[in-house]
Amino acid sequence: MSLALHLPALLVVVPLAAAAVAFVVGPRAASWIALVTGALTAALAAAMAWLAVTTGPVSYAIGGWGAPLGINLIADGTAAVFLVLVGVVGLAVTVFATGYFRPATADDPGPGHGMFWTLWLFMWASLNALFLTGDVFNVYVCLELVGLSAVALVTISEGAEPLRAGMRYMFASIFGAMTYLLGVALLYGAAGRLDMRQLAESLDHSVAAQTGLALMIAALLLKTALVPLHFWLPSAHAAAPAPVSAVLSALVVKGSFFVVLRLLLDVMPPGYLGDARVLLGVLGGAAIVWGSLQALFQQRLKLMVAYSTVAQVGYLFIIFPLAAAGGTVLPTALLGTLVHATSHGLAKAAMFLAAGMALKRYGHDRIADLAGAARRTPVLAATFALAGVTMMGLPPSGGFAAKWLLVGASLEAGQWWWALVVVVGGLLAAAYMFRVLAHFIADPGDRPGPVGNLKPLRTEWVPLGLAACASLLLFAVPLLTRLVESGTAMVGAGVIP
Amino acid sequence: MSPAIIYSIAGAALFAVGAYGLLVRQHLLHKVIASNFLGSGVFLVLIGLGRRSDGPSSDPVPQAMVLTGIVVTVALTALALALIKRYYSATGLTTMEPPEPEEGAR
Repeated sequence: MSLALHLPALLVVVPLAAAAVAFVVGPRAASWIALVTGALTAALAAAMAWLAVTTGPVSYAIGGWGAPLGINLIADGTAAVFLVLVGVVGLAVTVFATGYFRPATADDPGPGHGMFWTLWLFMWASLNALFLTGDVFNVYVCLELVGLSAVALVTISEGAEPLRAGMRYMFASIFGAMTYLLGVALLYGAAGRLDMRQLAESLDHSVAAQTGLALMIAALLLKTALVPLHFWLPSAHAAAPAPVSAVLSALVVKGSFFVVLRLLLDVMPPGYLGDARVLLGVLGGAAIVWGSLQALFQQRLKLMVAYSTVAQVGYLFIIFPLAAAGGTVLPTALLGTLVHATSHGLAKAAMFLAAGMALKRYGHDRIADLAGAARRTPVLAATFALAGVTMMGLPPSGGFAAKWLLVGASLEAGQWWWALVVVVGGLLAAAYMFRVLAHFIADPGDRPGPVGNLKPLRTEWVPLGLAACASLLLFAVPLLTRLVESGTAMVGAGVIP
Repeated sequence: MSPAIIYSIAGAALFAVGAYGLLVRQHLLHKVIASNFLGSGVFLVLIGLGRRSDGPSSDPVPQAMVLTGIVVTVALTALALALIKRYYSATGLTTMEPPEPEEGAR
């Protein structure tokens, strides 16, 4: 079928076109457009994953212009995992947002909320493009598009605090993007290539190429909010409206991480920038411990969830010091990393949506004053408990599978200290999750209960469904294994027109 | 010194000025101008590298990158200015943090 050949392009074009249409029509029609487009884009992502499994990695030359003149899109198993994650979380968030931004409620229809749909579809298109791109300069463009729509989405709420958080996010984002571009400039000066596959073939050990790549990776760490470059994340993710927080924490930080993964595993030969790989692992470990400790002492629910993101991002970087070890270490670690990215994406989206509902129903998100939430808003509390299962890494959650695989890879590589970090991180996650749950089941005393009615029900059941997916993700591991084993696109990708 | 090196060094210097301004200056407009400096620095480096090959014509790819980068920077600057304007009318502040500590807006 000829349409299937254009799947990579459709994944970008469909949400992009819908965003433009949603901008012209009113908010109510825009929400319907977003729903239909969301379902369609999620289906396209699933088809892309199926194609990657059955025919192997797909390379797509936009407009028929291949590298070096044009830009190639690359869809391999790794990219497909992230595309499907964006599809599932994106569709869930869209359904949730139709309830959350209900224009019917008297106090709600702020002037910005009509813009949510356009900006969110723009972001969806840019995220898909980021996961598909095979060109280091195109990465810059995608990062800027994601950053622009993310900043605008953070600031659609009223008040000074979202604006302040959004601007801090924006300046961090600009600094990161420009540093990345400077790295691209140096790399291009040294290698004369922008296409990732051509770079992989022609990369030398010149100072300019190494400095360029180091700058690019440092910039991506800022965007991924790896400790100590995480300063902008908690305020931005906590100040945004619930659907936006969910998307930022679950998907956007994964976008820049994905590029790090591509650069270090696919573009660079093993052992290239060897010391930097160990440093990434050390920073990842530091992120796990520091983020978890911060989460443990937060007084407000959304900030707690945001610091939990800082911690969970750390796990993604354990793979880099392990990658150079031989045997099955790299495939195991890659699978563990992808399972972690997926389960964290699902669980964190669920937690942020639930935290946003708590903020909306109770009028605040002070953890101590949410006592009795388990009785007063049981679905909300259950969402937190289920998402906690995967944060702590209990079976059969995705968090368990990810930690199991990462521990296995560390031990096989003979680097047991990473395994220790992973286990300690699970315990710390248990500490901060149980602290919240303990408040939820405590006696409410005379604290004010939730206000407003439960409706629409989808604002409660969508987060619960996401959390349930995350806690059952162990059963999806065989599927993910097949995607990872379908190979990377950098060598021997099947070329489509 | 070849023109390519002069351009690249000037670009790196501009980038450093921009980075300093973005990190140290408190006034939000200064931060926006500093981020434009960052961009201009990178663009100069790119143009310089495009002249590096000694052929009769310069490499067009860096120029295409600069054009794209300028478009993105214009959009970013517009967004930044719009946000600062909204922030100013909401708080009356021109800096990220209030001049005096506390003022519990939290």
